[in-house]
Amino acid sequence: MMEKKLKTSTKVWLTIIFILIMGFLLWIANRTFDDYKLRVLRLIAIYGIMAVSLNLINGITGVFSLGHAGFILIGAYTAALLTLTPEQKAMSFLFGIQPWIEKIHADFFTATIAGGVMAALFAFLIGWPVLKLRGDYLAIASLGFAEVVRIWANNALTITNGPLGLKALQEYSNIWWVYGWLLFTVVFISSLVYSSYGRALKAIREDEIAARSMGINVFKHQLLAFVVGAFFAGVSGSLYAHWLTTIDPRITTMGPMFTFYILIMIVLGGLGSISGSLIGAAIFAILFEWLRNLEQPFTFFGIQVPGIPGMRILVISVLFILVMIFWQRGIMGREELTWENLYKWFSRLKREGEKS
Amino acid sequence: MGISSGSFFLQNLFNAIMLGGLYALIAVGYTMVYGILRLINFAHGDIMMMGVYFAFYAATILSLSSIPAAIVAVLGAAGLGFLIDRIAYKPLRNAPRISALITAIAMSFFLESFAVVVFGAVPKSFLSVFKDRSILNKVLTVGGAKIPLLTFLVIILTAAIFAVLFWIVYRTKIGMAMRAISMDIPTTSLMGINVDMVIGFTFALGSALAAASGIMWAMRYPNVFPYMGFMPGLKAFIAAVVGGIGSIPGAIVGGLVLGAVEIFAVSYFPDLSGYRDAFSFIILIAILLIKPSGILGKKAIEKV
Amino acid sequence: MTETVKSLQEEVKAGEEFLLKLDHVTMQFGGLIAVNDFDNGVKKLELLGLIGPNGAGKTTVFNVVTGIYYPTKGRIIFDEIDITPLKPHQITHLGIARTFQNIRLFYNLTVLENVLVAQHHELSNPDADRILKKHGKPPKNFEKFWFWRAVSKLGYLKKEKKMIETAKELIERVGLSHVMHEKASALPYGEQRKLEIARALATKPKLLLLDEPAAGMNPKESEDLMEFIKRLKNEFKVTIFLIEHDMKVVMGICERIIVMDYGKIIAEGTPEQIQNNPKVIEAYLGKEWKNV
Repeated sequence: MMEKKLKTSTKVWLTIIFILIMGFLLWIANRTFDDYKLRVLRLIAIYGIMAVSLNLINGITGVFSLGHAGFILIGAYTAALLTLTPEQKAMSFLFGIQPWIEKIHADFFTATIAGGVMAALFAFLIGWPVLKLRGDYLAIASLGFAEVVRIWANNALTITNGPLGLKALQEYSNIWWVYGWLLFTVVFISSLVYSSYGRALKAIREDEIAARSMGINVFKHQLLAFVVGAFFAGVSGSLYAHWLTTIDPRITTMGPMFTFYILIMIVLGGLGSISGSLIGAAIFAILFEWLRNLEQPFTFFGIQVPGIPGMRILVISVLFILVMIFWQRGIMGREELTWENLYKWFSRLKREGEKS
Repeated sequence: MGISSGSFFLQNLFNAIMLGGLYALIAVGYTMVYGILRLINFAHGDIMMMGVYFAFYAATILSLSSIPAAIVAVLGAAGLGFLIDRIAYKPLRNAPRISALITAIAMSFFLESFAVVVFGAVPKSFLSVFKDRSILNKVLTVGGAKIPLLTFLVIILTAAIFAVLFWIVYRTKIGMAMRAISMDIPTTSLMGINVDMVIGFTFALGSALAAASGIMWAMRYPNVFPYMGFMPGLKAFIAAVVGGIGSIPGAIVGGLVLGAVEIFAVSYFPDLSGYRDAFSFIILIAILLIKPSGILGKKAIEKV
Repeated sequence: MTETVKSLQEEVKAGEEFLLKLDHVTMQFGGLIAVNDFDNGVKKLELLGLIGPNGAGKTTVFNVVTGIYYPTKGRIIFDEIDITPLKPHQITHLGIARTFQNIRLFYNLTVLENVLVAQHHELSNPDADRILKKHGKPPKNFEKFWFWRAVSKLGYLKKEKKMIETAKELIERVGLSHVMHEKASALPYGEQRKLEIARALATKPKLLLLDEPAAGMNPKESEDLMEFIKRLKNEFKVTIFLIEHDMKVVMGICERIIVMDYGKIIAEGTPEQIQNNPKVIEAYLGKEWKNV
């Protein structure tokens, strides 16, 4: 029964101040952090875009897609082929190259947009058959789509350079690009979710038949969420490629496992919560990096333990299972970190403090 | 041997039946579990992988001969399947179906990373299981086509396993209970049947078949590695959907269709061999759009 | 020859008087004929009841009308438009709203959001608007690019404000304002039923289909519901077609009743006529009763 307590203008100001403070903090981090920490900091933003965009499809709309890695891969290749110079491409393509692929060239921003648009276009085309399916069938079909894309990238030698991949990309994804794109993603998707369209998407998640009977064109709206999600996945793919500086279509790099990582982030943060996805992405990025320690030799209570390769994935997977069995709502559930909620929690804390 | 010759066709036919049979054995596990719980047991392909590793270590570390090693591995996989259901899926029986699916994905992910850590990421050769490898190299000539003896053995064994499976499902009490709960779980539990035991048995049975399939798979393609179950698992699920999910004969039909398409497409259009793994997904999308209930499945009407 | 011409004219006349006309509609699932040659309709501003034993095919009639099923035979005319081939969202846009036998709310959304969702079709159904235009009726949404407006908030906030106002007013009128910001799942059963009706009304329907609105209610609640439905009809000027098991409700509020059994219409008339119809008594109580 909580009516609005904060004025809209207050919330807008608070948001602007928050963004400025975050920007300032990033500026300080950019100056003081070492290279390794900065890399992780940038990775958090890239994972954040991936998680928020998958959350729009899976958590908000309830379309259980497992095709995100496919869209990321499309975005990554599209952008990388654009930012590489014709000379670089001529050098690295050992099996020859399509002349038009060799010629095209663009700056990083245009390339990133192109990556997003290409992924969105694929989502639009694949959405027609895939979104006709329901639930788990859709999950498998979209996973299959991602695999077909990966297999194609592995085989289309004159376009993608096949298994050799694309190397020596410029490390364009600096802190301002990745956090700028993250900000745009979050603003765009929140704005969508907190509009009539967002309510329609949630209604579809809750009950498709009822949504249809309320005049919602279910297929069109699912496709909309799918395409928007894919666009940002493509963008994140471009940022990822220019963070990693090398991409290849191996099953372990851009295969289904990659989608599962993003799935872990959004499940951990709370399926259906945008702020939860961001928290999940940050935790995953930091935890995954920190767990690298397990793969190096370390001393545990005075005992010398040798490094075990693959250990960090094992720990993550155990965590994943435990979250699913004991803590399905995740960190945020379907709630959001809004000024309103913060205000509510704060005043409750205050009231309880006064009582005691 | 030309591409249009009869013996070439015959050779491919045998390969297709063998591969299809192996897919079908895995598919049965998917179809039985899906029929009862409406859950895609994503970890099923990884249970097959674990079965292969069990056989490998039973033969190399316990130095059992091939047949006892295979039996140990099949029983081990059955136990593993039962345990996975108890630990990961049973707590989520009343949760939304999507939660169960995500848990299954998490389980698959766990088994793969477990194998990487414990067994190592480097592929192992399954051939070291066999002390006498002469049997692997024998070749029979049928109608001008040279067919490895192993192919025959695999086909015959698969058929025998299916005979046992049909006997269990259609002629025993536990089989009757399995068929009953696939129709209606609450009513069956009112009849005094321990539903959880029957579900556990279904998982164990499906896992045993997957392990058997995996062992034969490894005899034919002797590369053992932690991710070996992923693709065959997905394809077997597709086979189950193509044949009509929930139907055991459907799993056989679906497996054979998938095996045939894969073998023949690659042999007659060698340019497409890189896309081998993509065929099955295209078939999946096609069948779901044309006949969503699969070849042998019944049409379900959505209740409003 | 003259006779056919005459009957055709009669049919046209009858069609004018009906808001919804089911023209010899048959719905078959495999071997089961759920609705068999249903040839009747709902007149403008009437309160029509559809009754019959379990499994008579009543809900199937609703599902065929709202486009969830495509009829095996026959046509459905609503407001002079042939809606047989249309999809559910288009049919809602044209002015038919419904509730469900087992309540289907958006349980994790609030009461307000539930009602707001029902107004979304005004923004996003150009396909249904084209159908309206084709038949010379005013489209419901004149403006375009709602998606981009919603995301950029340019020229959208006014619309959102208006939608919220409409929704709040509607919620007040059905007496749910005290739970406006509660999740739908937190509401007691009776209020969930009311919310479902309010949500249907928010689509601004000409025809409201209610599928067993009194199911699971005690006599007192049923009585309140009867009053509520009567009030709706007068206040919202909406035609109502309802399925109901509770005879007291049906006899109390319906102006006309259609009785179905085994997919067929077996009787039609005023509540009094239906009460005394031997066929209806037989369908409900069995043959033996006739002799007693």
